[in-house]
Amino acid sequence: MTFPAIDWIAVLPLLLVACLGVVCLGVGLFVDDDEVLGWGALVGLGVTFITTAVLIGQHGSAFNGTLVLDGYALFFDLLILAVGCVVVLMSMSYVEETGIGAGEYYALLLFALSGMIVMASATDLILIFLGLEVMSISVYILAGAWRTQMRSNEAAMKYFLLGAFATGFLLYGIALIYGATGATRIDVIADKLGGVIDRHLLLAGVAMLLVAFGFKVAAVPFHMWTPDVYEGAPTSVTALMAVAVKSAGFAAFTRVFLRGFGGLHADWSMLLWVLAVATMTVGNVLALAQHNIKRMLAYSSIAHAGYILVALTAGGPTGGAAALFYLLAYAGMNLGAFGVVLALGRRGEPHEEIDDYAGLGFRSPLLGAAMAIFMLSLTGIPPLAGFAGKIYVFTAAVREGYYALAVIGVINSVISAGYYVRVLVVMFMTPGAVDVVRASRRPYLFTSIVFSAVVTVLIGVFPAPWLELARLSFLSQP
Amino acid sequence: MGSVTFFLLATALVVSALTVVVHPNPVKSAMALVATLFLLAVEFVFLGAHMIAALQVIVYAGAIMVLFLFVIMLLNLSDEEAEARRRGRALFRIGAWIGGGVLAAELAALFLRVPFPAPAAPPAGYGGAESVATALFVDYALPFELTSILLLIAVIGTVVLAQRRAS
Repeated sequence: MTFPAIDWIAVLPLLLVACLGVVCLGVGLFVDDDEVLGWGALVGLGVTFITTAVLIGQHGSAFNGTLVLDGYALFFDLLILAVGCVVVLMSMSYVEETGIGAGEYYALLLFALSGMIVMASATDLILIFLGLEVMSISVYILAGAWRTQMRSNEAAMKYFLLGAFATGFLLYGIALIYGATGATRIDVIADKLGGVIDRHLLLAGVAMLLVAFGFKVAAVPFHMWTPDVYEGAPTSVTALMAVAVKSAGFAAFTRVFLRGFGGLHADWSMLLWVLAVATMTVGNVLALAQHNIKRMLAYSSIAHAGYILVALTAGGPTGGAAALFYLLAYAGMNLGAFGVVLALGRRGEPHEEIDDYAGLGFRSPLLGAAMAIFMLSLTGIPPLAGFAGKIYVFTAAVREGYYALAVIGVINSVISAGYYVRVLVVMFMTPGAVDVVRASRRPYLFTSIVFSAVVTVLIGVFPAPWLELARLSFLSQP
Repeated sequence: MGSVTFFLLATALVVSALTVVVHPNPVKSAMALVATLFLLAVEFVFLGAHMIAALQVIVYAGAIMVLFLFVIMLLNLSDEEAEARRRGRALFRIGAWIGGGVLAAELAALFLRVPFPAPAAPPAGYGGAESVATALFVDYALPFELTSILLLIAVIGTVVLAQRRAS
């Protein structure tokens, strides 16, 4: 038996992150200092980020073409690694304050990132399934990592049970597609679509995959878990779920549907249209009624998944590029918002009600200004990242002839102003008494907030190069 | 002859699989699962896949079933609890039956109308030690390695979530 040669370049980002996770776990046994472990994870992720950035422009594929290194994979690898760095920064003081075991926490975080990298690079449904499981199971555990909190336990349990159910759909869908086409590789499936004898089996499989991916990106009606899990999980983990898990979910979703099932666009675009409208509308309307900021951001993240689904419904290179750009913009502003939520909490007092933000704009101008940037960007006010993202998404929808979808999207953006601006009103126009821990006591957390704010403004002011990057990345798929 | 035994076995397999889900007593469910796994192993023998049949018995019917029984023993569900669990909320039960029924009907209709090709004879060496090894370590080397990470994560998770609370 001969072993096939492996193109190590293609697996390098995955290998580095997975090894870092194992090292972190081992070192965590002997090192008690949470800060040292955090720094280790941060430096490791930074080195991986730089190594991956050096690979830009390279093409590789390993393991019979099931794992590829193309621009698309690199785009998501870099996005996921950057989000990972920011989440580690946010976790530094939080892990210490909550008493979560730092060694396991960072190790699981890194394993989750490695699963996401697999999802972004895989061109085979079996690998996508395994990447999704590596990511999901790590995140289930992370959601329940704050063991002394009842609601953290509840979040982990709920996420796990519903997630396992969604995994069943994914596997069954893969089995049906394999039955119809005889392949699990996305490019092979795309080639065989025309020659399929019976389309019903294939379409049933596609519908099942839609359910599974819809669950992971929290699309309505598969969103029921989102508010409870986002509220109950430790806030740094919620940030990871809202940004990185969603990005990885969309990475696989977009590759499978636009690349693999691109030939069936006429069949699934109608379903996706309904899903997009339901997701935007339900997310935004229910967010209006929330009093807890984490629940509000959970419904907001559902609504944003809806905007990205608009781009996927449009399909084609324009829609794909818009989806990638939106994920980039969304990452900056949403991470920042969760950073501010973390900054307002202190040991034993989470301060997660929106009323707790009263007067924040005066007592901590830096935090208030940052939160204002994130909220305005999430609403889609120019010249911030969220505005550029929405412009590209709705332009893609109009260009492909989905006028109604674009109009519904714009109406939804107006509704969303209702709850984002309310936070600003509370921050700047009502007196309040919640004290904020001084910035100098939590240097890492404030670095992450400032970084997110800078990225949000930067993408918003100069969107063109980022869009070009997203477009080239999308087109580079083999 | 071959197809008669196949359908007999398949019927027994489906019945025991249904018993796993439907039976109220967890221990009996687990026993039905043992039967299911054994019958599946027999199916593999009929296909000539002796290695897979042996693995099926050793890994599933052996190791994993023992774990299942341990968990059932440790959880120690009393009859009343099981009864309370079974009743649940009536409305949800009806909804679940309707939803599941519709899905099952759709899938049944699907399988009836798809013209499945007649089964070809399995290739030489099918299901033997060498073909299993090639699949595991060459064709699916990366999924195999990823699974090991997955198991590591599961172990960490068990320790993180179930360790004794340090008070």
